[in-house]
Amino acid sequence: MSDLLKMTAAQALSSLSKKQISSVELTTAYIEAMEATHELNNYVTSTTELAKQMALDADKARADGNAGRLAGLPIGVKDLFCTKNVMTTACSSILNGFVPTYESTVTSRLWESGGVMLGKLNCDEFAMGSSNETSVFGPAINPWSARDGEALSAGGSSGGSASAVAAGAALMSVGSDTGGSIRQPAAFCGVVGLKPTYGRCSRWGVVAFASSLDQAGPFTRDVEDSALIFSVMAGHDAKDSTSASMSVPDFSEAINSGVEGMRIGIPGEYQMDEMDNEISDLWRQGRKWLEQAGATMVDISLPHTKYALACYYIIAPAEASSNLARYDGVRYGNRIEAETLDLMYEATRASGFGEEVQRRILIGTYALSAGYYDAYYLKAQQVRRLIKQDFDTAFSDVDAILTPTTPSAAFSLGKPVTDPITMYLNDVFTVPANLAGLPGISVPAGLSKQGLPLGLQVLAAPFREDRLFSVARTIELQAQFSLAPARAAGELQ
Amino acid sequence: MTVDKNAVKKIARLARIQVSDEKAELLSADLGNILNWIEQLEEVDTTGVEPLASVNEHALPWREDIVTDGSITEQVLKNSPEVAGDFFVVPKVVE
Amino acid sequence: MSAFVQGRTGDWEIVIGMEVHAQVVSNSKLFSGSSAVFGASPNYHVSLVDAAMPGMLPVINTECIRQAVITGLGLNAQINKYSVFDRKNYFYADLPQGYQISQFKHPIVGEGEVQIELADASTHIIGIERLHLEQDAGKSLHDQHPSKSYIDLNRSGVALMEIVSKPEMHSAEQAAAYIKKLRSILRYLGTCDGNMEEGSLRADVNVSVRKPGEPLGTRTETKNLNSVRFIMQTIDYEVQRQIELIEDGGVVVQETRLFDTTTGMTRTMRGKEDAHDYRYFPDPDLLPLKFDDAFIADLKKDMPELPDQIKSRMVQEYGLSSYDANVLTEEKETAAFYELASDGRDRKLTANWMSVELFGALNKAGLELSSSPVSPMQLGDLVDLISDGSISGKIAKEVFADMFETGKNAKQIVEEKGLKQVSDEGSIITMIDDVMASNQDKVDEYRSGKEKLFGFFVGQVMKASQGQANPGMVNQILKEKLKG
Repeated sequence: MSDLLKMTAAQALSSLSKKQISSVELTTAYIEAMEATHELNNYVTSTTELAKQMALDADKARADGNAGRLAGLPIGVKDLFCTKNVMTTACSSILNGFVPTYESTVTSRLWESGGVMLGKLNCDEFAMGSSNETSVFGPAINPWSARDGEALSAGGSSGGSASAVAAGAALMSVGSDTGGSIRQPAAFCGVVGLKPTYGRCSRWGVVAFASSLDQAGPFTRDVEDSALIFSVMAGHDAKDSTSASMSVPDFSEAINSGVEGMRIGIPGEYQMDEMDNEISDLWRQGRKWLEQAGATMVDISLPHTKYALACYYIIAPAEASSNLARYDGVRYGNRIEAETLDLMYEATRASGFGEEVQRRILIGTYALSAGYYDAYYLKAQQVRRLIKQDFDTAFSDVDAILTPTTPSAAFSLGKPVTDPITMYLNDVFTVPANLAGLPGISVPAGLSKQGLPLGLQVLAAPFREDRLFSVARTIELQAQFSLAPARAAGELQ
Repeated sequence: MTVDKNAVKKIARLARIQVSDEKAELLSADLGNILNWIEQLEEVDTTGVEPLASVNEHALPWREDIVTDGSITEQVLKNSPEVAGDFFVVPKVVE
Repeated sequence: MSAFVQGRTGDWEIVIGMEVHAQVVSNSKLFSGSSAVFGASPNYHVSLVDAAMPGMLPVINTECIRQAVITGLGLNAQINKYSVFDRKNYFYADLPQGYQISQFKHPIVGEGEVQIELADASTHIIGIERLHLEQDAGKSLHDQHPSKSYIDLNRSGVALMEIVSKPEMHSAEQAAAYIKKLRSILRYLGTCDGNMEEGSLRADVNVSVRKPGEPLGTRTETKNLNSVRFIMQTIDYEVQRQIELIEDGGVVVQETRLFDTTTGMTRTMRGKEDAHDYRYFPDPDLLPLKFDDAFIADLKKDMPELPDQIKSRMVQEYGLSSYDANVLTEEKETAAFYELASDGRDRKLTANWMSVELFGALNKAGLELSSSPVSPMQLGDLVDLISDGSISGKIAKEVFADMFETGKNAKQIVEEKGLKQVSDEGSIITMIDDVMASNQDKVDEYRSGKEKLFGFFVGQVMKASQGQANPGMVNQILKEKLKG
């Protein structure tokens, strides 16, 4: 039992197939871990009864020789994914009580492959945030604590998803990444977080934040697990017009092929003044590891990097302002009664949306409004093309790009938000990949002086997740990062 | 770039979010800051650059004209705060 | 081409533009797979996408694209091989997404034109500005409850073609002719059923007035007119209102108005203080719509004939009058019925019989052509019997009435009732001799100058023959014999 939580998904599958353990045993261990780590506030809805049933089904399927690729693996799902008959709130008051009658395509694929759903995970409201503090359920807490025991943010928006995996309260989890919402929390919590190429995973059934940027992706203990679950999540969906038809290859070779002969781009513009020294140091360390493994470092330039955040903070709110217009209290969610329709809309939305969401809706509305469209939205779309072109040029020369994931380690919770822009700066390294639609992975690479996880980010050309896995696996092998957060479930500490 | 209180209220109205006077003051400062910060984009020379609306390179998929959906009234109404028979119900709209 | 209206201060020119919303004929909706059919129980033909549930996404319907292109071809318009879908953002209970997917900067169809013909036989070209595809909204019922409105989303997401005319109409008559012609074209093409009562064709009318030679005046828009009559009433009322307003020293406000069908007047829409800022931007859930010349050529190849083309043929090849050709091409079904009925026989005669006798009988019985008890073939047979002299025109009317009532064939009725025209010269001579012999006094009177007695003799012969004597022959022989 004590080893159950320590296994990676790959190891668990091996044990399951060898009948050393059963799905029910594995799931039970995770359910207990969920309870043990309850204070981390990762789960906003637990589906333990359903999980037990799904585990039974997985055991039976395995016995019948019908086991799916993820059969029996306990998985947590960000509360942004619509799950059939299980409450889905996007961690917002406005969707309080919403129970979808349908399942998102991505999670459907997980259950069809035998995955077991443990519950819905905490996140920033409507995926808007970098600390999971805008959630109506309160923040998800990082299982890694500061030296003085202060609670730390798990990052955002997929804070709960990252924290749960780090804490041993889920074997794998699903999150979403619009500006870094998988990669940044992964770095903060010391787990592997993958943002696939835009279009790899279907957006059908995922509560939309910014349609041209949103992408579902997994949190896992290691790179091999990431490739495993990603290959199940990804694939064309006719219900999503932005879904790519590219076939999803088998990544097992890529994971083990190493980086011999690969050219790794190092963008000068990512060396920022605000960066902690230890981040620069880790980045340097990462370059050394890859060189030792046979890769060549290549200095590249991504000249429009510094404009990526501003560009993102026009496009994302603009699309969000439109995507969130459907939350009006008419067909689902919370409604504040009023005398007229408009008053009802205004009261419902003012009460149902938190501050950050309201702020972004207003910015977005403004950026699209008459007289400002050209100066803001159109301009941002032009800059976006330039950012993408920077990467296209780079990838004609290099196979992958290595950068830090975040400018700092996890920060404390509860710092009052005086200036939203400070929070936005957390996304500086991650946002460009969303704007360009590129795949990116964050892999834990070391510890800060405070003993907190630090991640390195690898980016690749569209649909070249194989390269991500090769590079990330190499870093992982070299870094020998071990998951040992203070607040993890018993066995993991 | 300043966004005065009235402008904030106007935008809030477009977005159908009720904003009190004090809230409008706070938002005015917030939005002003954010928009100022965003203004750095003006430095970028974008002459002749086509706006990028989508990173997708594939063509828009077209579906066949067959009825594959609907007839799920119960599901559609299930989460509504107020229904009457098979209708959604809202406060009266004055035209 | 302009019609002027007389005001107190002189002549005024009317300027009218029209935006027509035409529901596309298709099985399913524009961006979802639910049925586009009309008239089901509330919220039945509604999918999760139509109801704008969280996480739902649009996928475009091929048939709607085809129908829009075909319509563009029927309007002689420029077809745009590249077009973009934009979100038009606003809040309303019948708009679940909080935005309508429409086309703003890059519509699927560009400039085109429609030719209209007025009662005085003058023709005018009305320019089309553009045609674009967009989603229809649901329906709100405000009269079911004192303080609540009921929402039905069945119509939400059905494909609409918005056809925008140039402001080139100058009278209510022209506007009426325009919408009728447009409707006819759409029905001929099969791209919209043009049913205004059911709402599958609706018009927004923009009206302004100006003194001749002056720049365009401020226009008002009156929305959602669903009959030709209402369109004309709206125009008449608005023109009058605006002229009076201006002549009294006032200013026309650019606004949206509603037409009150009971009073025949337009009024300002209440509660619309804020000008709409739709914040159009390209829908990030979709990609640009693109197709090639081959796609367009393919559609053009299989296009049904347009009313103007058919009309042209009727006038030039069949020798019909322009008026008759208009009547017979008003509906696609009418033209089809006519072609079948007149095929290989007297085109003009058949046209006559359709437009006068058949339509007369249908009107009286309150029937549509589609429910006609007389089929095209049957009508054709009747025309044949007249053409080959078997029956007279007069007898034919009797036969027709019988056909209409019983559904029997003309030949059958003629035989059963023994109505065959007597065209045998010998029999007619005998009948005439008999009548003349029985009316010697009248014969003398006629021969001494009372020529109008001719009708009396004709009547007697027809009576004797129970109306079956060939009138032409009777006239000819009687004339000869009465000469003496």
